[in-house]
Amino acid sequence: MMTGAFGHGAGGGASQSMADPFDEMNGWSGEEPRPAYSEVRRWLDETPPEILDTRHAQAELLFRRTGITFNVYGDAEGAERLIPFDLVPRVLTAREWARLERGLVQRVEALNALLADLYGPQEILKAGVIPRELVDLNPQFELAVFGHRPPKDVFVHIAGVDLVRTGPDEFYVLEDNARTPSGVSYMIENREMMRRLFPDLLARAQVAPVETYPDLLLETLRSVAPAGSERDPGIVVLTPGPFNSAFYEHSFLADKMGVELVEGADLFVRDDVVFMRTTEGPRRVDVIYRRVDDAFLDPLAFRPDSTLGVPGLLSAYLAGKVAIANAPGAGVADDKAMYSYMPEIIRFFSGQEPLIANVPTWRCREDDHLAHVLAHLPELVVKEVDGSGGYGMLVGPHATKAQLAEFAAKLRARPDGFIAQPTLALSTCPTLQDGRIEPRHVDLRPFVLTGAKGVQVVPGGLTRVALTKGSLVVNSSQGGGTKDTWVTG
Amino acid sequence: MQMLSRTAASLFWTGRYIERADFMCRLLDATARLASLPSTYGGDPTAWTGALSAAGVADAFAATGLEPSEAAVTHFLAVSADNPSSVRHCLERARGNARAVRTALTLEAWEALNGAWHEVDRFAGPRFTQGRMGELVETVRRAVLAFDGAAHRTMLRGGAYWFLQLGAAVERADNTARLLDVKYHLLLPRDEAVGGSLDHFQWVTVLRTVSANTAYRWLYRDTVKPWLVADLLIFDSRMPRSLICCYAEIVERLDQLTHGSGKRGPANRTAVTILRQLQDTDIDKVFAAGVHEFIGRFLADNARLGAAVAEQFLF
Repeated sequence: MMTGAFGHGAGGGASQSMADPFDEMNGWSGEEPRPAYSEVRRWLDETPPEILDTRHAQAELLFRRTGITFNVYGDAEGAERLIPFDLVPRVLTAREWARLERGLVQRVEALNALLADLYGPQEILKAGVIPRELVDLNPQFELAVFGHRPPKDVFVHIAGVDLVRTGPDEFYVLEDNARTPSGVSYMIENREMMRRLFPDLLARAQVAPVETYPDLLLETLRSVAPAGSERDPGIVVLTPGPFNSAFYEHSFLADKMGVELVEGADLFVRDDVVFMRTTEGPRRVDVIYRRVDDAFLDPLAFRPDSTLGVPGLLSAYLAGKVAIANAPGAGVADDKAMYSYMPEIIRFFSGQEPLIANVPTWRCREDDHLAHVLAHLPELVVKEVDGSGGYGMLVGPHATKAQLAEFAAKLRARPDGFIAQPTLALSTCPTLQDGRIEPRHVDLRPFVLTGAKGVQVVPGGLTRVALTKGSLVVNSSQGGGTKDTWVTG
Repeated sequence: MQMLSRTAASLFWTGRYIERADFMCRLLDATARLASLPSTYGGDPTAWTGALSAAGVADAFAATGLEPSEAAVTHFLAVSADNPSSVRHCLERARGNARAVRTALTLEAWEALNGAWHEVDRFAGPRFTQGRMGELVETVRRAVLAFDGAAHRTMLRGGAYWFLQLGAAVERADNTARLLDVKYHLLLPRDEAVGGSLDHFQWVTVLRTVSANTAYRWLYRDTVKPWLVADLLIFDSRMPRSLICCYAEIVERLDQLTHGSGKRGPANRTAVTILRQLQDTDIDKVFAAGVHEFIGRFLADNARLGAAVAEQFLF
């Protein structure tokens, strides 16, 4: 389900090799365990492995019973799988979190400023900070919404920024997911599961709550209701339907916010106003939290064969009669070519230095970068600029000679389509594997909300873990699992 | 009570499919008992054919080209993919409808249904054997009670709850009527010479299918008399599966659903008309006009009501 893959092979870290990456609990090898994990360590030491295994089985049963599943594309219809849940939490201290939070706020403010500019005055292009063709030729750049200012100038209401860590103070942004990032339901359900299974541990560890997220999301959506929507604004979650991989999350969020979960066919547009079909006739809709991609939103404006969307929706949006979160066209800000300019973009709009670093990125579209990439292919990770989910990617250190040659040819043929990054030694976190505790690589996706009153981040996020030993691919579609993420103290 | 039309339709059908799954299980259970008796004691070698008729799937079964043996019919009613009313299929549809509108149910109600589906899915697949029928019947009946209990104890008394109950009541009326129709030749008028002890087990089977054995004894304090069975299942408003009780509930649910808006529609009117017709007649009149004809009219009326609900609430 979750988009936004990464795959980082061995060897590239400045100080550490793949053989011993930074461990979230034990630090660098040979060091004292880190204090943030003292409660977790004590708990792991005191709890017999059989108990952990029993609790793990219990967790799976509860997830299945509640229907917390995702669908895998290509599977038989209705095949619902569990995302493996790991019992050992991932811990961040309040101090670490405070730093990340400031960086995330800065980053998402820049994304919104960038979009307001690209769909408006385009100062950043005039200043030559990013090349014009990166925008003009970008399939995610929606000409249809050019010149339109969404309510409160917010484009990215919900961002899921993927972070990775390579040392005690080294965090990197790996991706800015500014379209329809998923996974937040797992952040909340994983916490709920830990509360059910280990209430004492949670109480001792003084963990900041994440359960406020749905309320904050509702507040965010309310705050961007179009001017003139009298009364209580009508808010809905728009889903592609029960066969979508993230359907559980769509229903979860609608449920927790107390709003309707609608499919395209439940909505219609009359005189540029959006209504939903109810048992007592039409009811007005003011804000749509859509979990449907741009291309499928409105068959009149985008893909004519889409049955998921609502004919006339874009026209209603442009007339200012409905807010859509995230705004159509937001995808131009988060593709991997644009990503490589984020440090410059942050400086341009805020005048500040980025608080969380980018992973150094070579843009194959530039000749000298391409030459470097071709010369160092076995050490690099090469990604398609508009790819996601871990598909269409080369992990140099894990690739065969034939694969390297094939990719080199692809790069020469279509350099614009690719970027390359060094392979990072991602941090590991202790993980329960067949009754034993072993280190596995993790990333972190915090969820960042932007409404009329500014940017908010719930303390925590979704930690994804690559369950296969040595693997760096955490995507749930490729065997990744999840962990509860704690911000303590 | 305003709600999304698609949600209302899904809840209505969730209610119907759960009720149907329950009825199919009762029918399987009762028929197995009847068929197991020696024919000299009222055992009926045609019991399985009768069960197909009561389930309203005789044509669908004929299309498979199979002999109506106990094994074939059990499989067909319990798990067959060719039978849209098989227990497995009903549960799958109930769960599918509920999942699509997951947010309209409480966690407890959803878990009862989802849990039941996973349990049944484990053993009631294509390789289901007759030996596990008892387990299937038991699992589903427990699940339906759990779902009803969860809905009753946890759901807001609002549109979602009323649509669920409305669907269940419409389906329940349909099931009782079909059961009566199949057994109508046994439901003889008062004082008519009856087949003696031979038919006794068949009546008891009918009562068992609708969980009315104890109720019958309690209400009539009498041995099983066919006309009393008919009276109980059609006209006794204390009997939760009687046609009149189902219709009293349907009228009440529709009133609740339209109370807020004040917009009464074709469904309200159709339901009230059917209830009045039931109130204005009695068992003697039914026998005079013919039980089969009476039931046939009722089934057609009930189908009309289903259509009126869809029309009124914009399904």
